[in-house]
Amino acid sequence: MTAATDYTLAELCIVAAAEAFRDDGEKLATGIGVIPRLGASLAMKTFNPDLMMTDSEAFMLSEPNPLGNRGDDFVQANESWMGFSRIFDNVWSGKRHAMLGPTQIDRFGQTNTSALGGTYAQPKVMMLGARGFPGNSICHRNSFFVPAHNNRVFIDGECDFVSSIGYNPARLPKGRALSDVDIHRVITNLCVMDFGGPDHQLRLLSLHPGVSVEEVLENTGFAIAVPDEVPTTAAPTEEQLAIIKALDPHNQRAYQIKDNPPGVRS
Amino acid sequence: MDKRISAAAAVAQISDGMTVGIGGWGPRRKPMALVREILRSDLKDLTIVAYGGADVGMLCASGKVKKVIFAFVSLDFIPLEPYFRQARQSGAIEVMEVDEGMMLLGLRAAAWGLPFIPTEVGLGTDILTHNPDIKVIDSPYDDKEWVAMPALNLDVALIHADRADARGVCQIEGPDHYLDDWMARAAKNTIVSCEEVVDTAYFQDPARARQVFWERSITDAVVEIPGGAHPTSCNPQYGFDVPHFKAYNGSAKEGGFAAYAEQFLAATEAEYQERVGGLDAIRALPLPVY
Repeated sequence: MTAATDYTLAELCIVAAAEAFRDDGEKLATGIGVIPRLGASLAMKTFNPDLMMTDSEAFMLSEPNPLGNRGDDFVQANESWMGFSRIFDNVWSGKRHAMLGPTQIDRFGQTNTSALGGTYAQPKVMMLGARGFPGNSICHRNSFFVPAHNNRVFIDGECDFVSSIGYNPARLPKGRALSDVDIHRVITNLCVMDFGGPDHQLRLLSLHPGVSVEEVLENTGFAIAVPDEVPTTAAPTEEQLAIIKALDPHNQRAYQIKDNPPGVRS
Repeated sequence: MDKRISAAAAVAQISDGMTVGIGGWGPRRKPMALVREILRSDLKDLTIVAYGGADVGMLCASGKVKKVIFAFVSLDFIPLEPYFRQARQSGAIEVMEVDEGMMLLGLRAAAWGLPFIPTEVGLGTDILTHNPDIKVIDSPYDDKEWVAMPALNLDVALIHADRADARGVCQIEGPDHYLDDWMARAAKNTIVSCEEVVDTAYFQDPARARQVFWERSITDAVVEIPGGAHPTSCNPQYGFDVPHFKAYNGSAKEGGFAAYAEQFLAATEAEYQERVGGLDAIRALPLPVY
């Protein structure tokens, strides 16, 4: 395994995303968006072949699909039908790990995908809606990917609309524990974090090459736990880069982080 | 029994203030010709239940809607539905925002004649804050609290299928029937538009019979409208119309829905199809790649 020296920040994030799925075993890995999907696919192709994945439509695959147009000769490796109604059976069973990109994340790990500003009856900006976030967040493990780490995503105060349950004692349902919530990794263009700080505080796990602790703190709207020693996020290996390239032949990953910067800042 | 009727006769069965469930998912296999027939009608004050796309946006934009029950409204490749967004941001509609799975449970409760189905989904979120009518209850069997997802009883369900016979045996040939079976079962009156009406013998092939997801007793009306899902997809027959959706989305920024309707809606479905390039052009739309 040779660590690469020439790679993009998107590729670094894909590898970090893959790491999030390493210990999942036989779960449905759902990566929404190019970088989470490539991360889940890379994990399945390498260190966690037991992962399950869909074609984002209606079939479970034994091999992840490459992204984008796959040509007329491509044969998709279906292993079972998995329509949307059956996805809920999987969600409610807990055997799933989703990685998604919410618009807001607060200090409790609560997220917002629904509406910004104004009032609920008349929001300033209407977004997607709660989608499956309420169910995902209480039923199974989740991770988040944030392509632009800033104070508008990691907000001071609570989310304008709480789409997913987090580690908020004030909202804890009767008979449940905060530790029932499983937010596994938060991967951004600056760093990798988890909610393993004191009282489920967001905690810095690693910094991407050339990023300082100060930059992360300045761009996060609330206090986070910073260990004394913060390692650098592991670089992709040449083998991983080759697999990523095969999974993303049209280079959609180049359009996911603003200006597609290199993995190591110059 | 012959359940075949026209789109106009089907929509005439809907009254002001009714709760209407719409099948499909986002930009996929929506009964758009039936939705257009509603747009051409005088109907108003509808409550719409949908895994929403342009169906919801168009109905909101044309003032047909009092309330939307939704988990998302999206055109997929255009993530935010422009007219639903406008309706929300102008405070023009009431909403009941739920999780995708809660909607399924609400439809199942309605289908099974239950007042609610318990679930943990929604706990700890603003789904409960903003829906005071959704109750949280204690369990007789454990010490936890549970969301009592109320039945989503539909007056009417509108669904688009690939094929149906005159008695209402409906085939969905595409890879996913979404939650259409639950929409159909949750409704008092299920109206199905289809690409093609076939003889009953068509379903003798077991592979085709496996693509029937509810019994014919659930289907109340069959409306043959080839191309009736346009501009949404009807996989494997045709994909969704990307340029059309872009024009639709663009109209929200310039011209408004009136301009879109003026350009495309027309007085009849035949004229609509002519304006969007004809049935052959619809049938030639490529399937999306995910």
